[in-house]
Amino acid sequence: MSTDERFATPLIDRVMEERAENLGTANEVIDGPVDDFASDFDHTDPNWVSDPYPIWDDLRERCPIAHTDRYGGAWLPTRHEDVAAVAYDTERFSSRSAVMSNNRPPLEFAPAGISPPISSDPPFHADARRVLLPAFAPKAIERLEAGMVEFCDSLLDELEGREVVDAAVDYAQHIPVRVISDMLGFPREDAELFRGFVHDVLESVNDSVEVRFAKLGGLITYLWAQIEDHVANPRDDLTSFLIDAEMAGQKLDPVHIAGTMGLLLVAGIDTTWSAIGSSIWHLAAHPADRERLVADPDLLPTAMEEFLRAYAPVTMARLVKEDMEWNGCPMKADDWILLSFPSANRDPEMFERADEVIIDREVNRHAAFGLGVHRCVGSNLARMEVRVALERWLARYPNFSLADPAAVRWSGGQVRGPRTLPVTINS
Amino acid sequence: MKVHVDAERCQGHGRCYALAPQVFESDDLGNGVEIGDGVVPEELYAAARRAVLNCPESAITIEEN
Repeated sequence: MSTDERFATPLIDRVMEERAENLGTANEVIDGPVDDFASDFDHTDPNWVSDPYPIWDDLRERCPIAHTDRYGGAWLPTRHEDVAAVAYDTERFSSRSAVMSNNRPPLEFAPAGISPPISSDPPFHADARRVLLPAFAPKAIERLEAGMVEFCDSLLDELEGREVVDAAVDYAQHIPVRVISDMLGFPREDAELFRGFVHDVLESVNDSVEVRFAKLGGLITYLWAQIEDHVANPRDDLTSFLIDAEMAGQKLDPVHIAGTMGLLLVAGIDTTWSAIGSSIWHLAAHPADRERLVADPDLLPTAMEEFLRAYAPVTMARLVKEDMEWNGCPMKADDWILLSFPSANRDPEMFERADEVIIDREVNRHAAFGLGVHRCVGSNLARMEVRVALERWLARYPNFSLADPAAVRWSGGQVRGPRTLPVTINS
Repeated sequence: MKVHVDAERCQGHGRCYALAPQVFESDDLGNGVEIGDGVVPEELYAAARRAVLNCPESAITIEEN
């Protein structure tokens, strides 16, 4: 194979050099307890993490677009209408960083951003997204279902004979890790590493820019090793696909390739893990819903959409492009918008009985996978994973309940789901 | 009854072809399109209406008879 000049310089050296010159804007880290979520919200606050819904319900009534000075200044729209308006307005809101932290990436990173296409703005975005879409279209995902069934069954086999299991740790977390690492062609035994990367990117958001950047280095170095291995030994997986892919007649820059790989790895894991975990949590706590689904498995696709609405795991971020007044709010350039699809999904203006989980809800225009051009590229995959994971669990362990409701722990930050979920499976 | 997916609004959530697979299908990118000329036979009216009511982008128009 001829040498591909694109891969001559290790990515970490290139990125370190570029970022050493321009780390973007770092702001002072503010922590400590929140006094009023309307003027000082923090999505890592323990009250928000354990139960955000009353906070959002209160804000929707009292102050529908909340503000905080934390993270260098951020806004939180809580109504569906406002969340949709931001998602559709790529002219005034940039996706340069999808994760709110104490660091705004340099403007020079636009329009591609560090992890295309989620970090990309038009017109670059559409082309970068088009590269990925066929790999996540329904036909491609259907082919993965049989392997998914087999893997879920093998996890459930492991639980046999135990009375109490952790549905998050022993079951849910393994499912998306296996799927996405197989799709990318990464070694299965690296699963624990991936979960560490996810934590570094999504949950350590209130670290200083230096600490965050150092942590990111581990992910970049790992991705580079996978790229080098695939350049030397091409195979039928997404990594080789991205190395060969073209956008507007050009092969992709290694920064783009690694950014997209990192995105698929990080975005594919704890999002779906969270959706599976929240669904099991709901059913463990609501025996009537559980019994109904066991008796009528055909209802599962409808029920699953309701779990996605009510417990939507993913919140996104945007950056305000220029100073402006928006819906009465004095927004400044580079203010964050915390784009809460989970709160939009609980807006009573949009959904009847929005605060209730109705597993046969017929009309459900929920926004769990986002709205507009950045709709989750993996939504077909995620839906398949959640459906199969729940089907197999319910078929094997139809009687289950929360072993200790007070012991359930939820992840903080922009992806919400149970991380500790003790469930009694043989009661 | 006749349905039509607005390609400008559709973002490929895939709800229409999941809920009414005899009325809508996916293109190679995962976006929804109506099958054929979009004319819906009577026995599929309920499925078609449900697809319309579950599109997160409100991208589907429906002409009732």
